[in-house]
Amino acid sequence: MESCNCIEPQWPAEELLMKYQYISDFFIALAYFSIPLELIYFVKKSSVFPYRWVLVQFGAFIVLCGATHLINLWTFSMHSRTVAVVMTISKVLTAVVSCATALMLVHIIPDLLSVKTRELFLKNKAAELDREMGLIRTQEETGRHVRMLTHEIRSTLDRHTILKTTLVELGRTLALEECALWMPTRTGLELQLSYTLRQQNPVGYTVPIQLPVINQVFSSNRAMKISPNSPVARIRPIAGKYMPGEVVAVRVPLLHLSNFQINDWPELSTRRYALMVLMLPSDSARQWHVHELELVEVVADQVAVALSHAAILEESMRARDLLMEQNVALDHARREAETAIRARNDFLAVMNHEMRTPMHAIIALSSLLQETELTPEQRLMVETILKSSNLLVTLINDVLDLSRLEDGSLQLDLGTFNLHAVFWEVLNLIKPVASVKKLHVTLNLAQDLPECVIGDEKRLMQTTLNVVGNAVKFSKEGSISITAFVAKSESLRDCRAPDFFPVTSDDHFYLRVQVKDSGQGINPQEIPKLFTKFAQTQTLATRNSSGSGLGLAICKRFVNLMEGHIWIESEGLGKGCTVIFIVKLRIPERSNESKSPLLPKANHGQSSFPGLKVLVLDDNGVSRMVTQGLLVHLGCDVTAVSSSDECLHMVSQEHKVLFIDVCMPDGFEAAVRLHEKFTKHHERPLIVALAGNTDKVTKENCMRVGMDGVILKPVSVDKMRSVLSDLLEHWVLFDAM
Amino acid sequence: MDSVVLLQRQLVDYTAQLFNEGFLDDQFNQLQQLQDESNPDFVVEVVTLFFEDSERLLNELAKALEQQSIDYRKIDAHVHQLKGSSSSIGAQRVQKVCIAFRNYCEERNIEGCQKCLQQVKNEYSLVKTKLETLFKLEQQVLSAGGSIPWPM
Repeated sequence: MESCNCIEPQWPAEELLMKYQYISDFFIALAYFSIPLELIYFVKKSSVFPYRWVLVQFGAFIVLCGATHLINLWTFSMHSRTVAVVMTISKVLTAVVSCATALMLVHIIPDLLSVKTRELFLKNKAAELDREMGLIRTQEETGRHVRMLTHEIRSTLDRHTILKTTLVELGRTLALEECALWMPTRTGLELQLSYTLRQQNPVGYTVPIQLPVINQVFSSNRAMKISPNSPVARIRPIAGKYMPGEVVAVRVPLLHLSNFQINDWPELSTRRYALMVLMLPSDSARQWHVHELELVEVVADQVAVALSHAAILEESMRARDLLMEQNVALDHARREAETAIRARNDFLAVMNHEMRTPMHAIIALSSLLQETELTPEQRLMVETILKSSNLLVTLINDVLDLSRLEDGSLQLDLGTFNLHAVFWEVLNLIKPVASVKKLHVTLNLAQDLPECVIGDEKRLMQTTLNVVGNAVKFSKEGSISITAFVAKSESLRDCRAPDFFPVTSDDHFYLRVQVKDSGQGINPQEIPKLFTKFAQTQTLATRNSSGSGLGLAICKRFVNLMEGHIWIESEGLGKGCTVIFIVKLRIPERSNESKSPLLPKANHGQSSFPGLKVLVLDDNGVSRMVTQGLLVHLGCDVTAVSSSDECLHMVSQEHKVLFIDVCMPDGFEAAVRLHEKFTKHHERPLIVALAGNTDKVTKENCMRVGMDGVILKPVSVDKMRSVLSDLLEHWVLFDAM
Repeated sequence: MDSVVLLQRQLVDYTAQLFNEGFLDDQFNQLQQLQDESNPDFVVEVVTLFFEDSERLLNELAKALEQQSIDYRKIDAHVHQLKGSSSSIGAQRVQKVCIAFRNYCEERNIEGCQKCLQQVKNEYSLVKTKLETLFKLEQQVLSAGGSIPWPM
């Protein structure tokens, strides 16, 4: 028997206790081995576990503990030294590892705890985000509803459709029980129920506008909750048994058509509002959410805008209709005016021709009659006939002139004439009438008034005569003074003619004529009317005076054509009046003076046309001789023939002018043959007809055979001289009478 | 000198009288204006020609009116000629009668024509006498050394 160093068990033969220890150790070891396996398995499963190293440590610790307990199994019985050594080693290892693990755990456990905290935090955050998501979704829905509503509302420009659509869409979107619109009445003192959603024909409930609840709603642009019992909300019998739904009201601004001005769009105190009332379904526990209220406010605004658009459209359509009506009316008026003008022109054309022809006959025959043997009474009668017909012809001419003046087709006949002579002539013409009325007429021509001027003599005389004639006509007694002088630039700028700016220059001057009478004068207020056609001042004295009222109007137009101005000054009734007119006249150049036939005396022996070869065809010996003498006197080289054959025989290219007496039977024939002989215009002589009368027929015949001019027999020396000079200058002469 | 002045005065008065009585008109003045140094007898020549022409025409007219079937056209032509001549020298009264004569011609009023012919003859002889007197007076003035005053 050897001695053993092992410790003798205290209960060496306690087999039961040893058995239990044996089994427990076995199971502990088993658990100790299986736990790391499980740990490894689960760690592998979850990949987020950050502490593998700890696990390894722990695993090692447990394995070693298990090993220790397992090895313990062998120490219950007799065991060798090897087992003891192994046991010791394993225990040492286990101790080391377990201490390391313990130390490690001290570090790790706070970390693990903080992980838990983070997890909680994240969960809260997630919940919050969820909430917010829900909110946004709600808002987005609301926005979609609003857009859709707006689209519906704005898709029409008809007021009723807008309002109806609003109610319908709102009702649908918000699932309302009832939706109503109260519009202000015309008087503005009441609100009338105009539109509802559910009821088809709202009976005209009205509420006074001054209710506190209404004022409250109108004072702010927010949607406000109101009591379901307020008058505006009680529009239908309560359907549910319990609680009526909540009611919200909002104002809808209305634009009055005439108030529409862009710059004061937001605040206008006299604005009218409509009231929109929205009711949630009764017996539902629904409440008005904020987003729903916002929706309502937005819709109310949109409705206001849509209504304003509709109002503008109505207005513009009304304006357009009005314009169309006006257009039609204007068109009609224009056509009427055109018809009137056409009628007037036709009338004037007819008047011109039809009235002149008999007038011409009357005048011609009366003057012929005058030259026959008449008794004094007959002579007087014929003179009266002549005077009256002359007056009538003047009137016809005046009217024709006026219409031509108005058309702008009248042009001045400019020519050189003696200015002084014009005034003397006027004086001579007016003297008889003036002396009958015992009026004293004086003419005062300024020293520096040129004698020879260029202008329209006939119309200047006409104007002067008209003015002086009026002076005589409207004066019962006293005197008339006519003054004519050159207007100086200071006096030209008369305050009475503010837009008349005459400019003097070397070859122009302004003639100023003043006719002052001491007659009945004119009321200064009537002066402007005087120059309008056909208007007459209605004072008693003038009522029985003759005159068409055209005179001054024509004068004014003539004066205007002559780039001048005419006006009347009068201090009042009974104080006489002065008529002043200024016209522009041209001064001819020096060199023209000698040539112009101004001087009344004929220049004897002065040949104006030296060597001019002329042919005279006349079958009347005496008349032929006279014409020949006339032309010889003017220095022409005259050949006189008595038949057209002879004429054609004698005529050559050297002859410049051919005078044919068209009273001859073959006078016209000669002209025709002449045209045949000389086909080129510049080769043949100018053909002038000597005619006994200058009526239209003769003129037409002359023109037809290609004559270049017509002169009325008998021809005076001066006449022939001017005819020849005109002919040679212009190569045509068709107005010499 | 006195005699010249006297003669001139006579001439002027006579001429004025002729104008006043309507025997002559402005055309005669025109004729006188055509008379100048280069053409000193212009008026006399023209008037003489007028006399010749008129006498011939008057004869023709007398003959024509005596015909059985009167050729009014020819008569008209003659009267036209006469009218032309008389108006050319300013024999106003003759011219006027010619106008009337032509009217009657157009109407083919033989009595009127004959009456007119008579009238024309009268007037013609009247004016002829007057003009001859006038010329004599002018000659007297010229031979007395004076000059013929132009009519105003």
